[in-house]
Amino acid sequence: MLERRKAIATLLAKRPDDLVIVSGLGSITYDVASVGDDDRNFYLWGAMGGAAMVGLGVALAQPARRVAVITGDGETLMGLGALATVAVQKPANLAIIVFDNGLYGETGSQASHTRGTVDLTKAAAACGIGFTLEVDNEAGLGRLAELLGSYTETLFARVAITPTEPPRVLPTRDGVALKLRFRRAVGA
Amino acid sequence: MSKADSTWPDQLFAVLKAADIRQVGYVPDAGHARLIERCAADPAIRDVVLTTEEEGVALAAGAWLGGQRSALLMQSSGVGNCVNMLSLIKSCRFPLVMIVTMRGEWAEFNPWQVAMGSIVEPVLRLADVHAYRLDRAEDVADVAAGAVDLAFGGDHAIALLLSQRLIGRKVWVK
Repeated sequence: MLERRKAIATLLAKRPDDLVIVSGLGSITYDVASVGDDDRNFYLWGAMGGAAMVGLGVALAQPARRVAVITGDGETLMGLGALATVAVQKPANLAIIVFDNGLYGETGSQASHTRGTVDLTKAAAACGIGFTLEVDNEAGLGRLAELLGSYTETLFARVAITPTEPPRVLPTRDGVALKLRFRRAVGA
Repeated sequence: MSKADSTWPDQLFAVLKAADIRQVGYVPDAGHARLIERCAADPAIRDVVLTTEEEGVALAAGAWLGGQRSALLMQSSGVGNCVNMLSLIKSCRFPLVMIVTMRGEWAEFNPWQVAMGSIVEPVLRLADVHAYRLDRAEDVADVAAGAVDLAFGGDHAIALLLSQRLIGRKVWVK
């Protein structure tokens, strides 16, 4: 298992210019912001369960860029149907990366379904996402980081992380500002 | 049905095309069958079948972030599934076009449809979605075009409510 802040830093250390990020609400948004704020990041501060679908909308509208949805296990579970919807659309430029610690960190660390019986990678595969990765060590993380600049089919990756709670790094919560700067960054 | 009555889905399609809608999310509904078919057949429109309507709200936000206009088709029961996701639209002032086929009103045969159908308008109002109810086929093109202009011209959320009167009595086969 990986420590979340080290994992996000490795994942985005060589972020390709064409990679835009949609982050799920909560800890993962703080993780993404901890690497450095960026106009190409669209952080969700709510809309739980919506991250993958926001990413799909961007991916379909911006076929020349790669889109990484980076979210948590709880957020993914709330919108599990989105894995089915994404799989059917087969966006070649969309990666869904789930940092899975098996708990709801924002609310008191209650166990999530992935601590129980649910395997998100198998769920993604069962929906029809052909390229899935289980990442639980540095080597796997390095491979995923490389793939962010080269994947050519819908990618789902589960990154197993330890249940730590590093200090929060809070980007702006102004949704309109986040929207406008993202659109400028992608030339929309 | 008169000719005018049966062409309103095509008129809606023309409105979507005129507005350069490029992504259409939908949960299938009999009342939307013709419009879905037209969207799916158009190579310039990406039709995205959803497992639940709230996915389409998030899709619309993503489409706009990427520079495309979208529309979201659903039945009235789906409005209830969208409620929390509409906070994404309000918080970021995303434009949103919802086209909603109504159930639970005139000539409804299934009483379970009434509970949600009857609160669609107040729910949308509370979520800051401007709702336009359409009862007559001759109003569809003009009202739809104006509402879509409002959405994309001023970053508003709008819903076109296609009444059961407009759609026609659903045939109930035992």
